Amino acid sequence: MDFLLEFPSLGRSDLSALRRGIDGTFREFTRAWGESIENFFDPLLAFLVWFEKLLQATPWPIIILILAGLAWAGSRSWKITLGSVVAFVVIGFLGMWEDTMSTLAIISVATFLCILVGIPLGILMARFDRAQAIITPILDVMQTIPSFVYLIPVVMLLGIGKVPGLLAVCIYALPPLVRLTNLGIRLVDKSVMEAAEAFGASNKEKLFGVQIPLALPNIFAGINQTIMMALSMVVIASMIGVQGLGVPVLRAISNQYLALGLMNGLAIVALAIIFDRVSQTYGKRLQSYREAGHG
Amino acid sequence: MADDTKISIRNLYKIFGDNPQTALKQVHGGMGKDELLDKTGHVLGLNDISLDIPANKLQVIMGLSGSGKSTLIRHLNRLIEPTAGEIWIDGDDVMAMGPNQLRDLRRFKMSMVFQNFALLPHRKVLENVIYGLGIQGVDESEATKRAAHWLDRVGLAGYEDYYPGQLSGGMQQRVGLARALATDADILLMDEAFSALDPLIRTDMQSILLELQQELNKTIVFITHDLDEAMRIGDTIAILRDGCLVQSGDGQDIVLRPADDYIAEFTREINRSKVIRIRALQRPIAGDAPVGEPLPSSTVLADALEKLVAAPAQALPVADKSGKVVGQVHLNDAVKALHA
Repeated sequence: MDFLLEFPSLGRSDLSALRRGIDGTFREFTRAWGESIENFFDPLLAFLVWFEKLLQATPWPIIILILAGLAWAGSRSWKITLGSVVAFVVIGFLGMWEDTMSTLAIISVATFLCILVGIPLGILMARFDRAQAIITPILDVMQTIPSFVYLIPVVMLLGIGKVPGLLAVCIYALPPLVRLTNLGIRLVDKSVMEAAEAFGASNKEKLFGVQIPLALPNIFAGINQTIMMALSMVVIASMIGVQGLGVPVLRAISNQYLALGLMNGLAIVALAIIFDRVSQTYGKRLQSYREAGHG
Repeated sequence: MADDTKISIRNLYKIFGDNPQTALKQVHGGMGKDELLDKTGHVLGLNDISLDIPANKLQVIMGLSGSGKSTLIRHLNRLIEPTAGEIWIDGDDVMAMGPNQLRDLRRFKMSMVFQNFALLPHRKVLENVIYGLGIQGVDESEATKRAAHWLDRVGLAGYEDYYPGQLSGGMQQRVGLARALATDADILLMDEAFSALDPLIRTDMQSILLELQQELNKTIVFITHDLDEAMRIGDTIAILRDGCLVQSGDGQDIVLRPADDYIAEFTREINRSKVIRIRALQRPIAGDAPVGEPLPSSTVLADALEKLVAAPAQALPVADKSGKVVGQVHLNDAVKALHA
């Protein structure tokens, strides 16, 4: 009866030996490769630091002007542009300018990195069913595994700092872009693809002339999601040494500072709403041709 | 192969399924379409098709849905690979072509018009017409000039900057036609090109096509399920049924001498007076030729009847192309032909 009442598990000593074995192996791997991996990410770190410094050193009116310009270029809407300007003025007025610039820097670099990796990956998945079969479960894991779990090996490997924070953000924020790029390309009308084929288009001509342009609204939805998810990682990233709006939030949690937490939290929300509205209206404008019905 | 054959299809088979080669052996062994589907789960799409498509003519391939007609036309530019068989175009073996030759074939030799238009929704009308030219590598200003010319020819001048979604179905298909004509390919593949259009627009498009064809003399392969359309525009008609070629000939052949009951059934509803030409009814002149102005032998019954009724002997002489009298035609025969 013992067998039915107690789940047959590895013994305590075997289990701890197994864990020690895995930990030991990874530690050895870290010792052997940690430095070269760190060196590999050095240019990224330099870029991130440079961009953050640039944002912080630029006089605030210029930043607001640039942001307003970007918001206008993206959305072509006075409401959204004005709302963005007001939000940034309030953020600055409440003393969160510097942290906001740090957050902006890491979000921008993370998004840029995700686009660089995510879109080609999505294209690959759309082209080869095999790639889709392999990559999809990896994306599932990236999206669902608690961030703290993958922070452990990342920190072991790279220590505390901006790069591990950036990687953590990217691991979480990358999947929607890959998925939506894949989906967008697969959803391209088969008959249009057939027409391109019938006119003798090469693979490259099909990809850049038909598939990507027609998948663009979906790709943009993916970028939008990536930005949103990157922003939601700001607090967790601050736990491993990323500067920005997450740091005061973290301090507020441990000291029960309600106002501090709320203000910085709302600043993150404001950034999120601005990015979301601007990128969504831009995505909508990209498919204006779809709305033009004939009378 | 006759000299004026443009496309020659030889013993073409297409079997859909996991293991077409094995299924092909069973088909060679005499297994029919239904049995093959029941026993092996393979679909016999095309069964031993051989057809010579004449140059500079409009060849219609007709059949109901599921007859394999759309599959067949996609073999001509190898959008679909055959299970077995040969396709020759201008004496070149299409099946032997590598990827680059095949791409050149599609770019320069043949262009295609689709049932659901298949325009690029994100490109404006003019940019759609330029599409094939861009792929051919024609430089932009030349391509724009040619595209504008063809848009004008299909009656869409002034619509260059619209998006396809802003146009009606008939107009979209004109864009599709202009896109196909702009590449200057000598072969035009039209896959149920007018089937999605409502009847008036369809007749309109048929007229545009016939008008253009009179001057362009392209080799056109036109797929349709509509016998009236086939009779109206086809120089020659091939009828497919369940993946087999059941009859091939001109419209009159098919109406007057249907190869089997299926085709006879098919042709019953057709307006025979517009298909049958008096050439098919003429008799040799015995004794004196009937009085009256000779009818050209290509006159259709509908036009001939009135004149025959008015003729004194209810018969008229028939003249060939050069105007020489070659026979006579009687009202009785004409009326009988209407109801046969």
